[in-house]
Amino acid sequence: MSRELTELDSVVTLQKELSKSKGSLKSQLQRAERQKQIRSLLLILPLVCFICVTFAFPIIEMLYRSVDNQSVPKGFPNTTQVMKQWDYEGLPSMAIQQVFMAELRERYADKTLPKLANRINIEVSGMRSLLMKTGRKLNKTNALPVNHQELIKLDKRWAKPRYWAAIKTLSAPYTLSYYLAALDMRYDEHGNITQQPETRQVYVDLFTKTFGMSLAITLICLVMAYPVAYLLANLPDKKANLLLIVVLLPFWTSLLVRTTSWIVLLQNQGVINDLLIWSGVTTERLAMVHNTFGTIVAMVHILLPFMILPLYSVMKGISPTYFRAARSLGATPSIAFIKVYMPLTMPGVGAGALLTFILSIGFYITPALVGGRSGQMISNMIAYHMQTSLNWGMAAALGGLLLAVVLALFYLFNRIVGINNIKVGG
Amino acid sequence: MTTPQEYVSFQHVQKTYDGENLVVKDFNLDIKPGEFVTMLGPSGSGKTTCLMMLAGFETATSGEIFIDGTPVNNLAPHKRDIGMVFQNYALFPHMTIAENLAFPLKVRKLSAHKVNEKVESALNMVELEHVANRYPKQLSGGQQQRVALARALVFEPKLVLMDEPLGALDKQLREQMQLEIKHLHEKLGITILYVTHDQDEALTMSDRIAVFNNGAVQQLASPTDLYESPSNAFVAQFIGENNQLMGEVIEIEAKKRCTVKVGKQQILARPVSVERAGEQTLLSIRPEKIMVVQEDDWYENQVTGLLKELIYHGDHHRLVVQIDGVGELVVKVTNGSHSSRDFEVGGSLTVGWRSEDCHALDCPNHAEQQGEAA
Repeated sequence: MSRELTELDSVVTLQKELSKSKGSLKSQLQRAERQKQIRSLLLILPLVCFICVTFAFPIIEMLYRSVDNQSVPKGFPNTTQVMKQWDYEGLPSMAIQQVFMAELRERYADKTLPKLANRINIEVSGMRSLLMKTGRKLNKTNALPVNHQELIKLDKRWAKPRYWAAIKTLSAPYTLSYYLAALDMRYDEHGNITQQPETRQVYVDLFTKTFGMSLAITLICLVMAYPVAYLLANLPDKKANLLLIVVLLPFWTSLLVRTTSWIVLLQNQGVINDLLIWSGVTTERLAMVHNTFGTIVAMVHILLPFMILPLYSVMKGISPTYFRAARSLGATPSIAFIKVYMPLTMPGVGAGALLTFILSIGFYITPALVGGRSGQMISNMIAYHMQTSLNWGMAAALGGLLLAVVLALFYLFNRIVGINNIKVGG
Repeated sequence: MTTPQEYVSFQHVQKTYDGENLVVKDFNLDIKPGEFVTMLGPSGSGKTTCLMMLAGFETATSGEIFIDGTPVNNLAPHKRDIGMVFQNYALFPHMTIAENLAFPLKVRKLSAHKVNEKVESALNMVELEHVANRYPKQLSGGQQQRVALARALVFEPKLVLMDEPLGALDKQLREQMQLEIKHLHEKLGITILYVTHDQDEALTMSDRIAVFNNGAVQQLASPTDLYESPSNAFVAQFIGENNQLMGEVIEIEAKKRCTVKVGKQQILARPVSVERAGEQTLLSIRPEKIMVVQEDDWYENQVTGLLKELIYHGDHHRLVVQIDGVGELVVKVTNGSHSSRDFEVGGSLTVGWRSEDCHALDCPNHAEQQGEAA
């Protein structure tokens, strides 16, 4: 018996057979699974296509716009090349200036200059008129200015380095200038990043205000929704369902109708002011709409269900025995509520607060309608750049920042509460 | 009203939720200090409601409940100082085990030092020192159960209520925990009121058992009395196995013996809830009280029938004997006294039992009608 049992020929062949069938079993499994996978992929394909076309692609496109700066390098390709030699010290050399003037004249001649001038004007105001005027004058004379004096004769602004610096900063194919502007910063004449002059700082304040208002709205919603959700979760089902319908009623009314009805209620000659005057609480009519107050009131009303529903679904799942256990262990009702019940509702509070906050920092219609001047939020500024100033790069940069903030919030929330602890629906 | 030697006393307690149906009907129970009393009954029989009324989570519609001589009807739950173990443990999921145990001590404003000391000794008691910093979710069912027990005991209440505390455990663990609870009860000398629907649990642990059905106590007795002499058909049916035969009382001799006609047979039985001849009755005989009659044995009741089935159960055999005009009788014989070779399926077999093991009880249909009417 010197040979091991496992070395017997019959055993070896048997094992080979076995491993072969094992392999085929594995591939069989894979085949079966693959079919399943393909089927499920096919099922979600329409949705994936829809999301890609209408959601993912536009967002990527917009984010690209926020850094895109192809127009200047394409419009002034030679200038872009030679500008590399200049290091923001003094004025560019005469050679560089001449290359630029030549291209400027060409662009004026082929009528693409206005578009380019508009783009550069966003960076340094006054550039449009400077470029258009210079182009027009260059077009009239055949000779290019040969020295600095002749150039200054065309327009004396060419003696200032900051106009040249603007052309150089914009000669890169990608730029952070929109993002810098969205944070109230800019490139100075030396190509360094500096603060905007105080009179032109708007965005940081607007961001702060947007976050402040959203925070206030979230907190008000939480304070108002908590008791309602508690009531809903502890009523018998029949009554709870009826109340839930009342809570959801705003969802079934158009956002526009709800917002405008707030104007009716809150305006100077509105119902509430009439009531206040009639009851003698005040003698002067209060400004309650077209300001921050009106925006907050209307937005709290619209966003309240988003806070109530997650809270309700979490509270519904909390067994009453926890509360009873706390009571039986000697806790007064209030201590049992604070120490046992409230911590158990935290997933709902987290989900509701996150949802409300994220929805409110991106809110547009309500601030636009009832916000007046002081109740404007960052999305109104984005809309302004999209529709009025046509500075899409700026709109994209503001939107990008907003997106970044939301993602950062999600990350923080995940670290602190855990995204898996979120409970939005039953 | 109540004498001081009763620690807990329910007096004529009634409870209704809708004003129409009584969930608990005229409930009376006195529990002595240090006693282990179990309320046993099918679900919906009102036993948990009684427990919740004692804990203070339900209010009695009428009647009084006393703890240590003081009426507690208007006392808030947190002032009753009752330890409670819930069906699904109700350990606070957001607190560690140590925090769970410290909770009742902290709300009583004990010093941090005292709290730590007591938590440690409570964990010691249930042999779970090593899980102090874990969360309830990370513990097995048995461990959670032990923690729940420790939490109900850590603030040294004199009375502990348990609402089906072992319901979620598997059989083996349940039996082990039954012993553990029993030992803790003996060691600490606390009074325990226990609710279960598991009769084995009730029989092994309790000093006394109150059997509930339809909101009323059917019998309140020690486990032995409950099993050996059930007072009505429901108790006989609910506790343990039994053979049931419907019959009519022919004759009652004093209070000790009666003759009941079942089919063609006349059977001697112990009258429990029959008083007159001519009454319908239900006879109840435990399968293990029926003996297989050997040549020179003699029993008061002896019948011969056909062995229909023989089921092997390891430690015992179960025989199903078909008796003409009576019905089927299940007989349990231990593996020690007989072996399966002694029996032949299809053959004839004589079985017998003593009259005191055969209880003549009320007719269940009659009782149910009464229950519904009330």
